[in-house]
Amino acid sequence: MTVVERREIALVDLLDRLLAGGVVITGDITLRIADVDLVRIDLNALISSVNEQVPSPWPDSGPMPSSRMELE
Amino acid sequence: MSATSDELRYVYAVCRPLDAPLAADLTGVGGVPPRQLNHEGLVALVGPVPARDFAEEPLRAHLEDLDWLSETARAHQRVIGALTSVTCPLPLRLATVFRDDSGVRAMLQDGAERFWRILDRIDGCVEWGVKVHMESPDHSSDNRSSDNRTSGGHSSDIRSSDKQSSATAGGEAPEKPLSGRDYLRLRRQQRTAQDEGWKRAEAFAQRLHEELSRHADDARLHAPQNSSLSDTPGRNILNAAYLVPRAHSEEFVELVDATKDEDAAGLTVELTGPWAAYSFTGDDVESGGGAGRSR
Repeated sequence: MTVVERREIALVDLLDRLLAGGVVITGDITLRIADVDLVRIDLNALISSVNEQVPSPWPDSGPMPSSRMELE
Repeated sequence: MSATSDELRYVYAVCRPLDAPLAADLTGVGGVPPRQLNHEGLVALVGPVPARDFAEEPLRAHLEDLDWLSETARAHQRVIGALTSVTCPLPLRLATVFRDDSGVRAMLQDGAERFWRILDRIDGCVEWGVKVHMESPDHSSDNRSSDNRTSGGHSSDIRSSDKQSSATAGGEAPEKPLSGRDYLRLRRQQRTAQDEGWKRAEAFAQRLHEELSRHADDARLHAPQNSSLSDTPGRNILNAAYLVPRAHSEEFVELVDATKDEDAAGLTVELTGPWAAYSFTGDDVESGGGAGRSR
């Protein structure tokens, strides 16, 4: 079992979980932020802005294509 | 260091009381160590954050700043990751903020029944992420599309290369101009090959998902990832999360690993985790909706 290497987590995997997962609680402050649709919209804006600055969307993208297994 | 109005409470997770202490050098959002706030048998992991960043308005602006979002998400995950090594926490949505400790206590009080229910459900489990990527079917045979692949969407490649086809086809092979009929036949062949590639890829993803689901307590399909965000070539055709008992995790990983031996040209399987049960904190089963069918 050497295929799965632990490297830095890809931001996109993190956002899948942090923005779409986790318990939604209407905190004192973030009533509207907790709304999934709103977060989706924010993320869409992000994606389009990222697309404009291909190839390196964020500075710390070093080993980011994370743990991949090649299927031959 | 009394709590003032310009300091808010960021809550990372709710969990059972910890048996083991968290690492002393663990820091969360803003570089501040999280602390435990106990209320009637439940623990909230909280940290102070400045109102100038986490009040509603600045927070909304920050969420559109990729650097800020990235840093905050990593800090959040750092705490959740550390917590996951000592318990099975219930992670909260990114940027759940309260005015003060009493707001956090009220949250624990009001949500107690729901928290216990979900904590019981995810007890002893971790989440594994599995993604399947498919390289562009005409990646090697049709290098024309690489010229206009600047905006990430591979779906548009197919359409846009249709439009500019006559110009490029002529430019590539000037000594052998394609007749309109030849061109159409060529495109039809390519499309058929693409369709078959898709069918194979979808069948593979479906089979994998079904098999992994059988070895998991629960499963969720996330929306396919945008390939330019994931920095992964090709198209994301499966983006799934599986809730797996820790005791069966090794087996689960081996199962994913074994797909390597299958004959699946052009497909890449990626495993992430173990995560806290981020994708399994809903009260009821919400369908991730149509992952793997993103055409």
